[in-house]
Amino acid sequence: MKSKVTDYSEIIKCFKDGQTIAIGGQANHGSPNKLIECLLDSGARHLTIISIDSGDLDVSIGRLVHAGVVDKMITTHIGKNPETVGLFEAGKIEIELNPMGSLVERMRCGGVGLGGVLTKTGLGTVVQERRQVITVDGEDYLLEPALRADIALTRGRFVDPIGNVVYHGTGCNSNPVFAMAADLSIVEADFIVDLGEISDDDIVTPAPFVDMILKQEVRFK
Amino acid sequence: MTTREIIARRAAKYFHSGDVVNLGIGIPSLCTEFSEPGVLFQTENGYLGTGAEAHGLEKTESYCNASAVEFVPVKGGSAFSHTMSFGMIRGGRVDATVLGALQVAENGDLANWASPGRAFGMGGAMDLAIGAKKVILAMEMCTKDGKPKIVKECTFPLTGLKCVDYIVTEYGVIEVTDQGLLLTEIAPGHTPEEIQSMIEPELHVSEDLIPMYEV
Repeated sequence: MKSKVTDYSEIIKCFKDGQTIAIGGQANHGSPNKLIECLLDSGARHLTIISIDSGDLDVSIGRLVHAGVVDKMITTHIGKNPETVGLFEAGKIEIELNPMGSLVERMRCGGVGLGGVLTKTGLGTVVQERRQVITVDGEDYLLEPALRADIALTRGRFVDPIGNVVYHGTGCNSNPVFAMAADLSIVEADFIVDLGEISDDDIVTPAPFVDMILKQEVRFK
Repeated sequence: MTTREIIARRAAKYFHSGDVVNLGIGIPSLCTEFSEPGVLFQTENGYLGTGAEAHGLEKTESYCNASAVEFVPVKGGSAFSHTMSFGMIRGGRVDATVLGALQVAENGDLANWASPGRAFGMGGAMDLAIGAKKVILAMEMCTKDGKPKIVKECTFPLTGLKCVDYIVTEYGVIEVTDQGLLLTEIAPGHTPEEIQSMIEPELHVSEDLIPMYEV
């Protein structure tokens, strides 16, 4: 078995202009802030970001908005970040708002080989205007199509070298589902631990859903 | 007690020990102060059993609610992903949600996430509106400039269709029924006629109308 622990310098080479990047976390908690810094350092622009929110002003995901590298967000709420709101109102950023439960199910579908999911959430609202209505046993549902990213950036509490991940508290949030739904899944660990150190019963994201683990190193600027 | 606290105190009486409850921001978030012990509060970013706001050593990034407030988990609490969290909500395992409202219609349609020109995200509100067993609105009767929030038809972007069960205001409690809006409790010093004048749809008055504070 090969270790997936990868240097910062290798990770920043993965990012290219125009990519779709899924980023875990909610309300700046459980967010992969070191990987967000890698993405900024890469210089990649014209990004589409899939995330629960857009962070706060120049904080976490908000740093990407502040740097002007985001063209579009597929998200659930931008109200906490006045900069995103300002860009949206000025027509300088495209925002696709999804109900939170529907966004995570779209990503789950993208990650597990399904084409979409049926939900009553959003029936009769603006969400229905862009969705197909499907009737099953006389009940109406919206068809929420699968969604997938080029790269997922997520954060785990304990990660072993082959990419088994456990989470802690509300740091779990969107991280496990986003980690599954990308061609390249990169994880930032609070702690990288040895093989066998995590109980196999506790693993939430099994190793095949992780491609790279950001190497923990002290960087001097 | 402030008007907002009076509303929250009444809304909190809808849930009991062992119930799973999700609270929205604003007035709904105050319900924790008035609810009976043993209610399990859910936060949609993935925790059931949120406790008091955390301070000092108890404050950690690993336990925060959807409004980014760090909390102390209660015994028996569980942590999970967004997928599980919304499965719990849509799957009918949340006994009640207390939400704010911009507009609520006679038939229970709810608008609470956007006003014209200000649509910055529904977050988890649409899932809660259709998924929770009871949808309770905790809101002031009128807007800040005195316009009705209880309307014949919502003109603001909708959160959900026919989803509201109870409307708790500082003037009284209104149930959404198949026959229309039914005033079941009234705050002391007010009359049904006064409440009728503050809402657009016809208000039916329960034969068992009781004072709001005696519930």
